[in-house]
Amino acid sequence: MDYKRVEITPEANKLLQELKQQHGEVIFHQSGGCCDGSTPMLLPKEDFYIDDNDILLGEVGGVNFYMSRDQFEYWKHTHLTVDIVKGRGGSFSLDIPTGYRFLIKSRMLNEEENKNLNP
Amino acid sequence: MSYSAPKFKEKYGNFINGKFQDPIDGAYFENHSPVDNKVLAKYPRSNEKDVNNAIEAANNAKHEWGKTSASERAAILHKIADVIQENLETFAQMETADNGKAIRETMNADVPLAIDHFRYFAAAIRAEEGSATELNENTLSLIINEPLGVVAQIIPWNFPLLMLAWKVAPALASGNCIVLKPAEQTPASATFLAEKIADLLPPGVFNVIHGFGPEAGKPLASSPNVDKVAFTGETTTGQLIMQYASKNLHPVTMELGGKSPNVFFNSIMDHDDAFLDKCIEGAVLFAFNQGEVCTAPSRILIQEDIYDEFIKRVIERTKAIKMGNPFEESTMMGAQASSDQHQKILEYIKIGKDEGAEVLAGGGAAKLDGDLGNGFYIQPTILKGHNKMRVFQEEIFGPVVAVCTFKDEAEAIEIANDTMYGLGAGVWTRDAHQLYQIPRAIKAGRVWVNCYHDYPAHAPFGGYKKSGFGRENHLMMLNHYRQSKNMLISYDKNKLGFF
Repeated sequence: MDYKRVEITPEANKLLQELKQQHGEVIFHQSGGCCDGSTPMLLPKEDFYIDDNDILLGEVGGVNFYMSRDQFEYWKHTHLTVDIVKGRGGSFSLDIPTGYRFLIKSRMLNEEENKNLNP
Repeated sequence: MSYSAPKFKEKYGNFINGKFQDPIDGAYFENHSPVDNKVLAKYPRSNEKDVNNAIEAANNAKHEWGKTSASERAAILHKIADVIQENLETFAQMETADNGKAIRETMNADVPLAIDHFRYFAAAIRAEEGSATELNENTLSLIINEPLGVVAQIIPWNFPLLMLAWKVAPALASGNCIVLKPAEQTPASATFLAEKIADLLPPGVFNVIHGFGPEAGKPLASSPNVDKVAFTGETTTGQLIMQYASKNLHPVTMELGGKSPNVFFNSIMDHDDAFLDKCIEGAVLFAFNQGEVCTAPSRILIQEDIYDEFIKRVIERTKAIKMGNPFEESTMMGAQASSDQHQKILEYIKIGKDEGAEVLAGGGAAKLDGDLGNGFYIQPTILKGHNKMRVFQEEIFGPVVAVCTFKDEAEAIEIANDTMYGLGAGVWTRDAHQLYQIPRAIKAGRVWVNCYHDYPAHAPFGGYKKSGFGRENHLMMLNHYRQSKNMLISYDKNKLGFF
C-alpha cells in the first residue's frame, strides 16, 4: 500500500500541466505567514533554493511538493490535497496570472496512514 | 450614514517618471471589489519592460532628489499628508471598495494613520542629526546619513494605503527614489495617490508599477539597479526575494506575518469594570479588519480559572459583531479581500473541526443579501482547542481565532512562544509584575500590554523568528533606508612612521 501525504485534484492537475508546459520544470513550496501565506506557491525549479531545511512531502502531477521543516512539524498529521479556486492570490506564484489559485485542502491522516507516514 | 464606491475610470496606467503610462505590451487585468465581486477598473499587467522603465526613471532622479535638504523633503511630505487629508473620504471609500473592509475602519484608522505617518517622518527628519565625535585630539569622526538611492517596495493588500505610507514615507524622508508595487488585489489607492501628488514630487522620485508577482514583482526584486528591497507578505516569497537580493548583495527588510498570542491572566476578572470591558474587546479584536492583519491576535490564551466566565463574555461580544454592507457606517466587519482568501479561510475552519476543535462561535461563511451575496464574507469564528493544532499554528488571515487555556505564567509563556512566528502579542493583567515580566519573556517584536492593535507612527514594529527582520515605523526606520557615511579626519600633521 502506497501512503501519500499530498495529492492533487484533476482540475488542479490540468492547470499544473499547462503551467509546466509554459514554464518548464517547477516545484510547489507551501508558504506560511501573512497575506497570501498558507498557500502552495508554484515556482520555477531553478528559482527556489531547496536544502535540508525543506521537507519533500511527495510528488503531484510530476512536481515535487516541499515545505519548510519547522512548518512540517505542525502539519505532519494531516493529508493535503492541492486544488484550485478562482481568484487572484498575490505573491510570486506562477498560477497568479491564470485567474486561478492553487489551494490546499486538508484532512487528518487516518490511523493507518499515520502509522506508516509518521512511524 | 452610508457611503459608496468612488467613481473609477475604465482603466489606469503605471505611474512612471511623473506621469501615467500605458503598459508597453498593452495588457491589463481587471480589479474586482470583494464587496460584491463587481469590476472596479483595469490596471496594467506590467512586465519586465515596464518595471525597467520605472527603475531607470528612479535612477535618473536619485542624484538630484538625494541632494534635497531635509526641510524641502519635510515640506513635501507635509503636502502629501495634506492631500490625503483633503481627500480622506475618497481614500476611505476607495479602500473599502478595493479591500472590502468596513468604512468605519478606513475612515478612522487606515487613512488617518497614513496621514499621520507622512507627518511623523516630515517632523523626524528635521529633528535628527548625524554625528561628530573627537576620537582623540587629532581625529574627528563624522557620520553623515546618505540615502541608499532607489528602493523597491512590494506591499500587501490588507491595508493598501497604510502599508504604502509605512514604506513610502520613511524612504522619501531619507532621500530615496521609489519603485512601488502594490498588491494586485488592491491597486486603487496607490494609483489615486500618484494622481494627486504627481505635481508635488520631481519626476521619477515616486513610481508605481502594477501587475502580477511572477511578471512584475520578480524583475523588480531581482534587479541589480535597485539598492534595496522591502517586502511585506508570506514566507516563501520572502525567501525568494532574499535569494534574488543575495545575487546583488542588496539589503532587504521582511515583514512576514505571525500567529500572535493574546494572553489573559486571571486578575482581569478581579473587578467587573471598564478595564474588564476593555479586555473583552481586546480578545474580540481578532475580528478587526476581518482578521486580515499580520499581527491579528489569532490565538487567545486564557488562564484556566477564569476561562468559563471570560470566554462567555467574549462569545457574547463576538456574536454582537454586525456584518453587512462595508459602506454602512454601522457595519463592524466587512468582506474578505478575495475569493481565494475566502476559500482558504473556510478550509482552515474545516481542518480545525477535523482536528477536534470545538466551534464556540461562527464556523462558516456568512451569506449576505442582494448584491452582497456575491461578496466574500465569513462569520467571526472562535475555535477552542490546543496549541499543536494547525489552526493555532498557521496564519489564517481571516476572522478566526483559536482559544486555549493555561495554568500559570510558565505555561502561558511556553504556549505563547510555541510558534514559528514572533510579530505581535498581547498581555492583559492587573498584576504589576506580570505587566513587565511576561512581555519580556514573549519572543515577539511588538507586545501590546493592556491594549492591542494600536499602531502609532513613533513606535517600532517588526518581527522576531519567521516573522521577518528589520523594523517599520519610528525614527529608526530612516536607517533602514540609508547608508552611514563615515568621514575619518586627521588633524595630525605628523606621519604614522611606518614607511
